[in-house]
Amino acid sequence: MSVPVSPPPRRNPVARTGMPALLSAQRSRATHGLTAAAAQGLFCLQVCSDCGTRQYPPREACSHCLSAKLPFRDVDRAGVVVVDTTIRIAGEIYFRERTPWRIGTVQLDCGPIVIAHLHGDVSQGSRIRMELLTDKAGAPAMFAMPAVNTPAMQDDRQYREFTCDPKFRRVLVTDGRTEIGQALVRALSDAGARKVFVGIANPWKPFAGKQSLARAENVECVQLDVTDTASVVECAAQIGARVDILVNTTEHIRLGGLMDQTGIGIAREALELRSLGLMRLAQSFGPIMRARGADGVDSACAFVNLLAAHALMNWPSYGASSAAEAAALSMSQCLRSELRHGGIRVVNMFVGPLETEWYQNAPPPKVSPATLARAVVQALCSGQEDCFVGEVARDLRARLAANPKALERELGAA
Amino acid sequence: MSFAAKASKRLAYDNVVACAPISIAYERYSIESAHWWIGRALHALITKAGLAPLDLDGLSVSSFTLGLDTAVGLTQHLGVSPRWLDHVPMGGASGIIALRRAARAVQCGDAELVACVAGDTNQVDTFRKTLQGFSRFAQDAVYPYGAGGPNASFALITQHYMDRYQATRADFGRICVAQRDNAMQFGQALLRKPLTLQAYLDARAVADPIHLFDCVMPCAGAEAFLVCREQTACALGLPSVRLLATIERHNAFADDPVQYRGGWAKDADELWAMSGVTPGDIDLLETYDDYPVISMMQFEDLGFCQKGEAPAFVRAHDLTVAGDFPHNTSGGQLSVGQAGAAGGYLGLVEAMRQLTGQAIGAQVHNAKTAVVSGFGMINYDRGLASAAAVLAAV
Repeated sequence: MSVPVSPPPRRNPVARTGMPALLSAQRSRATHGLTAAAAQGLFCLQVCSDCGTRQYPPREACSHCLSAKLPFRDVDRAGVVVVDTTIRIAGEIYFRERTPWRIGTVQLDCGPIVIAHLHGDVSQGSRIRMELLTDKAGAPAMFAMPAVNTPAMQDDRQYREFTCDPKFRRVLVTDGRTEIGQALVRALSDAGARKVFVGIANPWKPFAGKQSLARAENVECVQLDVTDTASVVECAAQIGARVDILVNTTEHIRLGGLMDQTGIGIAREALELRSLGLMRLAQSFGPIMRARGADGVDSACAFVNLLAAHALMNWPSYGASSAAEAAALSMSQCLRSELRHGGIRVVNMFVGPLETEWYQNAPPPKVSPATLARAVVQALCSGQEDCFVGEVARDLRARLAANPKALERELGAA
Repeated sequence: MSFAAKASKRLAYDNVVACAPISIAYERYSIESAHWWIGRALHALITKAGLAPLDLDGLSVSSFTLGLDTAVGLTQHLGVSPRWLDHVPMGGASGIIALRRAARAVQCGDAELVACVAGDTNQVDTFRKTLQGFSRFAQDAVYPYGAGGPNASFALITQHYMDRYQATRADFGRICVAQRDNAMQFGQALLRKPLTLQAYLDARAVADPIHLFDCVMPCAGAEAFLVCREQTACALGLPSVRLLATIERHNAFADDPVQYRGGWAKDADELWAMSGVTPGDIDLLETYDDYPVISMMQFEDLGFCQKGEAPAFVRAHDLTVAGDFPHNTSGGQLSVGQAGAAGGYLGLVEAMRQLTGQAIGAQVHNAKTAVVSGFGMINYDRGLASAAAVLAAV
């Protein structure tokens, strides 16, 4: 049984802060097939199209028939731990600071032998469910979980290295004025966050839900306007060292394409808020988070972006907004590379149209703010980095993978 | 239809010998490069044989730390001009595989004097870097799992073997303690402090059930020998050994979930049949011993005892030089140190010395026939290369 994680003790101001020490993320190109699956929380292995052999580690040829047709496919996660060991002396700083560290040889029911990290509740002979996670450096990692859930299994010391569990962590929700922001505050509090900072721009302006935010336990409103550099710098100076998870909830969705708008004012606003706002947050909060990537139970761990799924392919009905979302997506990819040095995960939530006022004209199915908030918590707890929320987002993902050009035409015809 | 099974009887290594065993004393850490260590071994070799560098018309090289260079680059670096050149990047199987290739080259006239050399340096960060980039599978699927290196891989193999065959840590300890006894007389061994079974058992854990004295010490060093015709060795005044039989196998038993046997189990019958001798005729055995469990597998798979009986075998035998089953007579890598690819030469060079009465440490009494065994390359979860040779005094 896992030992429930304890709240972090008060920091000793003269004690050294744990420094993020990363493993090499260098992998063969074939192995990045696992990276792609891990990013979305899938479990895929190479499956030979000619003979059906499932193989691991990823290869360039089938180890049974030498075929080169080796797509990654969903496979059965079940297996058994054949033998395990506890590593007490490790060659890399990252593990030296985390020993004892348990690994084992797992025989998957679908065939391959996998050297895997072990959850504390599994050992030799255990039936397991294999998860494909990403490590602090962003590389894919096999992690053997108990086949049947066990108490406090999320709190397993090794498992927490691969997740961004909000439990006992401090979160900044950058915009608390919106339904989405407020849903996230509730969901993160419910998930055990020790503190939720809520950014409010121009606090003198009233907004719905202000009272309940003010009354909520462990919630603190802070002044934050991501379109104002001075405001972001000031906020980071006040609370930056206490932000373990940052969730950027700013939104700017407006109906309309390019030609049917008058001028560029609204589009500029969207870019200012969504992409330059992200950049301001990255500049002010990013360096502190990156330095705190190994700072104990409440180490900094995640920078979450809520992105409209149409960041991936322009939806002309919301054409200018799609472009601003695409710009934010591109920035997030850069940020992911920069924050990786501190072991901080950039989590992108691709969301279909929401049940909010700005999506009034979008047809259903739509995503409720509460559903999105739950999905964020789920992504953090399960270590995902790309998450597709709602039917529209998942549909878009599938159509994009199948034929991007078709998707462009289809969205353009709508 | 299996073509391999129908293979015809193998040709004997008529008239080919190995001679001039060279061991350059190991150092825990070295500021020199692999080129330097290989150069020292070749220099010692030609000095011992009374040859000039250009007399060598064959060269076989094994090393992990040559950096940008291959064996080809080494020819210019060292000023040799071979007409037969080999690069054997096979870790612990390098020595035997270099030998069996060189023997055929000499037998067939492709070369007359083949210098076989293995050497590696060990600068302060060499070992960690070697592990991280040891193989593609190591990079992708092993090293990021705890960075335990071979200790972790062998921890899994050892624990599995213990469970399968009821081996105990003390059984492994007998191998390590006996080898330390042997090493105490071998001046070049890096570890010569007496080791008791209790000290072995009390040592600190590295990766359960592997403890400190199960592990080899990475170091710098080089080993070499010469392969030539018997008449050539005689003319050079070099005592030599004949090659009765050899085997080599890679990626055997790929479906075993955890390694508990090596390729020797596939080829041992052929080894004995070709050699014309039996396990009972063997005066000394040099196994590849980067962990004691793998020595046990060699006892079994080469036919010195039944599968699973190595624990009983080590309890029933005295494995020291003076004992009834002399094993790893120089102390093996467990006591001498593991100088990278030179570790794949250590037992071979030692057996050559024992069979020719040139032991540096204790001499096995009346040693006429020896088996040398190699094992190498933990590519993913197991060692892939296995090899063995039966050698006889001329």
